Amino acid sequence: MSSMPRLMQGNEACVEGAIAAGMRFYAGYPITPSTEIAELAAEKLPKVGGKFIQMEDEIASMGAVIGASLAGLKAMTATSGPGFSLKQENIGFACLTEVPCVIVNVQRGGPSTGQPTLPAQGDVMQARWGTHGDHPIIVLSPSYVREVFDLTVRAFNLSEKYRVPCILLMDEVVGHLREKVQLPDPSSLKIINRKKPDLSKISNYNPYQDYDGDGIPPMVNFGEGVPYHVTGLIHDITGFPSTKPEVTEYLITRLMRKIYNNIDDIVEYEKHFTEDAETVIVSFGSPARSAIRAVKILRSEGENVGLIRLKTIWPFPRKAFRELPLTVKNIIVAEMNFGQLIETVEAACEGKFNIVGLNKYNGELMSPDEVVAKVREVSKNA
Amino acid sequence: MEERIEIRLSGSGGQGLILAGIILAEAAILDGKNAVQSQSYGPEARGGASRAEVVISSREIDYPKVTRPQILLALTDEAFHKFKDNMAEDGIIILDSSIKKVDTSNKIIQLPIIETARKDIGKSMVANIVAVGVITELTKVVSRQAAEKAILNRVPKGTEDLNIRAFYAGCSLVENLS
Repeated sequence: MSSMPRLMQGNEACVEGAIAAGMRFYAGYPITPSTEIAELAAEKLPKVGGKFIQMEDEIASMGAVIGASLAGLKAMTATSGPGFSLKQENIGFACLTEVPCVIVNVQRGGPSTGQPTLPAQGDVMQARWGTHGDHPIIVLSPSYVREVFDLTVRAFNLSEKYRVPCILLMDEVVGHLREKVQLPDPSSLKIINRKKPDLSKISNYNPYQDYDGDGIPPMVNFGEGVPYHVTGLIHDITGFPSTKPEVTEYLITRLMRKIYNNIDDIVEYEKHFTEDAETVIVSFGSPARSAIRAVKILRSEGENVGLIRLKTIWPFPRKAFRELPLTVKNIIVAEMNFGQLIETVEAACEGKFNIVGLNKYNGELMSPDEVVAKVREVSKNA
Repeated sequence: MEERIEIRLSGSGGQGLILAGIILAEAAILDGKNAVQSQSYGPEARGGASRAEVVISSREIDYPKVTRPQILLALTDEAFHKFKDNMAEDGIIILDSSIKKVDTSNKIIQLPIIETARKDIGKSMVANIVAVGVITELTKVVSRQAAEKAILNRVPKGTEDLNIRAFYAGCSLVENLS
């Protein structure tokens, strides 16, 4: 049975989704506007036999999440801008050591302490490249409270399936928004757990061996009887460090390809009215809701406007732009920053369209009127 | 355009406006409608300008914020002056009696919301619930029944009676207008 419709905050939906997906460990250091996630995880996890721990800082909480996951629990942490910066080093460790985990970043205005209580989407590039070195990562961005629930479940599933950290990139608007939601029956959810080796068929288990040829080594949890070495150094299939060029190249290639070879499984986006559009707005998170309103207003006036709403930001859904019809002349990238995702959109469009940014970075959600005005301006100039 | 009602509750931090917004949104859901509630506040825990916003609609709510409210509640002078010019043409402004009125083109209803909470109920902190009563009775955006149920769902245990009295005191302020 799905639950009764009720008023629920985005941050609350995140905790509900995480627990439904199987989260049984949370470590964090509270920070506005993500704090409700820590508060509710502290309240709800003990009731399902899980553990909540408030650590001394964000660096330690990311470390605790990695440790818990290696020991077999689905683990999550939540933070915002300054805390997300602190977590980057250990996120890189989780990428290289292939430890499944979910990191929530409820974006506020930055840089530095910035605007603690106000929304922004300034961490788009940090979510992709915040930690150093070539690394894979998956980043999802919800626009609705119900979608926060769905994408949190999905973040755990993708993280477990591909053994990769998954970032839920929210913003203050959707994090704090209370909205009428009806949660699905937990038994109707598809839950993915990390792949395990059949140890009866493997005589000498190597923790980083690609036994199945899909680039994803099956994982034995710590405490299950197989001791192995986990290091942030480049390692061979045994888990021990190696400086060999072929080992280095193989590992980085495998890490990247396990994500990019499965891009159709990972990437999600919605298209609205793009079939005959002359101008297409691209947006994600809360501003996508202003964009959909603007599209409805403009369509009612006969303007050929469409929207691509991204639910996965990284890996970037290039396919969405290849599919656009020949009627499209203009692309407007609407984001709450000075212009971040627009550069990736430009690369994906390969010079085919006139690409314009609609950027709002004053701590307010852009209004539908602002989107409407931008569409009119762009269509007039085209 | 579909029926969409925008409500802005404004005052200072600590007046319980966010709770009032949550109660109105939950009451709307109990009435079978769609509702979203959002807020804007500064880094301080008390004081400072605070506002809560509610959008109620019988359809899906895409843009979740309030731009030109049909209903503005202002409990402080600062909030009134900040928001009085961003109203729907036919919007009404509900003002606490402590505020010195100025001219606006919108209809103003001025009522002793804070004083009723302090004198009649004995706790100024229930002014937010008195305001919920005023809004419910004056605008009928939510039903009395749903508002009462939403209040009982959300207020701290042991304060139910106090808050229900505050709600009906708010309703009476409007009834006594006519």
